[in-house]
Amino acid sequence: MENMPLLVLILSSVVKILIIVHMLIIGVMVMIWAERRVSGWMQDRLGPNRVGPQGLLQPIADGLKFMFKEDLIPNHVDKPLYVLAPAMLLVPALITVAVVPFGGSITLFGYEIPLQIADINIGILYILAITSLGVYGVVLGAWASNNKYSLLGGLRSSAQMISYELTLGLAIIGILMLTSSLSLRTIAIEQGAYPWQWNFLIHFPAFLAFTTAMFAETNRLPFDLAEAEQELVAGYHTEYSSMKFAMFFMAEYMNMIVGSAVVVTLFLGGWHFFGLENIGGPVWSGLISFGIFFLKTAIFLFVFIWVRWTLPRFRYDQLMNFGWKFLLPVALTSIVVTGTLWITTGSRLIVGIGNVIAAFIVVSIVAGLLVMNKTPEPAIQDDDSRFTPTALDAVE
Amino acid sequence: MNPEQILFILFGAVSLIGAIAVISFRHPIYSALSLIVTFFAQAGLFVLLGAHFVAAAQVIVYAGAIMVLFLFVIMLLNLGTLSVKGAMGSKLKGLAIILGILFAAEGIYIAVNALNDTAVASAEPAAASVTTTTYDIGELLFSKYILPFEVTSLILLAALIGVIVLVKRERQEES
Amino acid sequence: MALEYYLVLSALLFTTGVIGVLIRRNAIIIFMCIELMLNAANLAFVAISRSLGEATGQVFVFFVMTVAAAEVAIGLAIIVSVFKHQQTINVDEVNSLKG
Repeated sequence: MENMPLLVLILSSVVKILIIVHMLIIGVMVMIWAERRVSGWMQDRLGPNRVGPQGLLQPIADGLKFMFKEDLIPNHVDKPLYVLAPAMLLVPALITVAVVPFGGSITLFGYEIPLQIADINIGILYILAITSLGVYGVVLGAWASNNKYSLLGGLRSSAQMISYELTLGLAIIGILMLTSSLSLRTIAIEQGAYPWQWNFLIHFPAFLAFTTAMFAETNRLPFDLAEAEQELVAGYHTEYSSMKFAMFFMAEYMNMIVGSAVVVTLFLGGWHFFGLENIGGPVWSGLISFGIFFLKTAIFLFVFIWVRWTLPRFRYDQLMNFGWKFLLPVALTSIVVTGTLWITTGSRLIVGIGNVIAAFIVVSIVAGLLVMNKTPEPAIQDDDSRFTPTALDAVE
Repeated sequence: MNPEQILFILFGAVSLIGAIAVISFRHPIYSALSLIVTFFAQAGLFVLLGAHFVAAAQVIVYAGAIMVLFLFVIMLLNLGTLSVKGAMGSKLKGLAIILGILFAAEGIYIAVNALNDTAVASAEPAAASVTTTTYDIGELLFSKYILPFEVTSLILLAALIGVIVLVKRERQEES
Repeated sequence: MALEYYLVLSALLFTTGVIGVLIRRNAIIIFMCIELMLNAANLAFVAISRSLGEATGQVFVFFVMTVAAAEVAIGLAIIVSVFKHQQTINVDEVNSLKG
């Protein structure tokens, strides 16, 4: 990239940014359609199928409806923050994708163009930094709405995001130790072409912990305590309507797509698949690698929808217990075990087996301790003393 | 002007305006938001200085964790309805600001003049494109500064236990 | 950019923090001003580290951040418990050690 003239560099970057941003926005629409169709399929019903072939144009109809709705700003809100909050949620979701490598490289007109907007040497830290900003949109929207349901949703969501962010950060350290690089492109290249070389086998417990934490970060069922309809109306976006609500909605789906892309890059081999990405000339191999990455992300997005329609919602104390007492110890153990075994044996196979055994031991110990310390559940009384809306006392 | 100067002026101005906004807004939430803006501008300055790791850590630690805690506490205590009136007389306030300006002048004088005969001034200015990698910082942390590094972990542990003790005692008194 | 510009900016930011501690009475805002001062110091550390061409300054920034994180956790816990006892966080009214 260094020997490229500035003009080509700027031009190729602008083209890449345009393509990726539009793919994200279109991806959101496709995901909304896919979610409704897949849920219909899982529940043995049809889902939207009237607008366009297979109902594919349904998201466009929905989008038009959002735009023509009245953009209501209630009187009691804190206006500047109320308007700012949706943008503060959407922008981090959009800019995270800047460091994700979505393919090998394409050679056009004699210039080798990497399929990535920016390959910065702290790529993974950038992703952690930007995802941690998503919480502001939720918290500020909730607070500015000046509504108790919104506020409770916001408090729940911020507590949840802070708790699960730790796991998110700790789970990738094993990968960083073995790759000794923070650049996402290097991490993807290091994994090699074959599935048994990919990181998800070497760091299987960390992979599970990371994926679960990411579900929590995107506020999806089973972790959608922040917008639990039965308890909090709609949570932090109760007071929002029209396009402002649509922005919250889009941010959630965008986070899902970007999160899947990150998981694919970190754990599932990036754009590699049995060496298929090296077939063809300099142009075709780039396009094929992009296609492989796209397909892997799509499959992972299907898992997102699948989980949503399979698992029921956690109770708040269960959520906190799960995050702090299971996921965090597993992520921490994975760091210790990976480091120790890598230094002493230097074999990826042993690291992988050791990780699984250690995670199994840790989970059994924690579960055993929980069972031993379990106080008999008090009988449900009529007074509402057991109900704490934010359940801030849940973590003891 | 070269791009670096333009960016320095941009980030510097944003961080200063944000800092002044922190101490001028009445409502703590707006102060906290201004502080986040300042932290971001400073992360930008760190990138300009080639300290990419520190910039990322700045955003993760300050913007991602510390300020969320601040917002959390402000929302939890619901301080909006209970704004703290400035009990301080305007005379005292004026005096504080004058002293502050004197202090700033002193700082600027030191920054511009007093560095002349120190090691910093005599050092060869590093090349403009020098960036410190995470590797460099890690190597220093785990060799020369290994003891301070371990002590920091003790500080964190002490903070952890301290917070738990503060909150626990509270609950026992209530029940 | 010369080192002086960064140091001047750092001095100005630090002073803003000092003035904030002097003129505001809200404990949370005073706390934020302390963070501001720590950050101004960080800026000076990084600027000098760059001009010396070594990473030691950045290692110190790392330590400052860790200590700041610990301090914020404890400080906010204290503010919350003070507020629970006295229903105020005006530093002029919180003047008794016994709740």
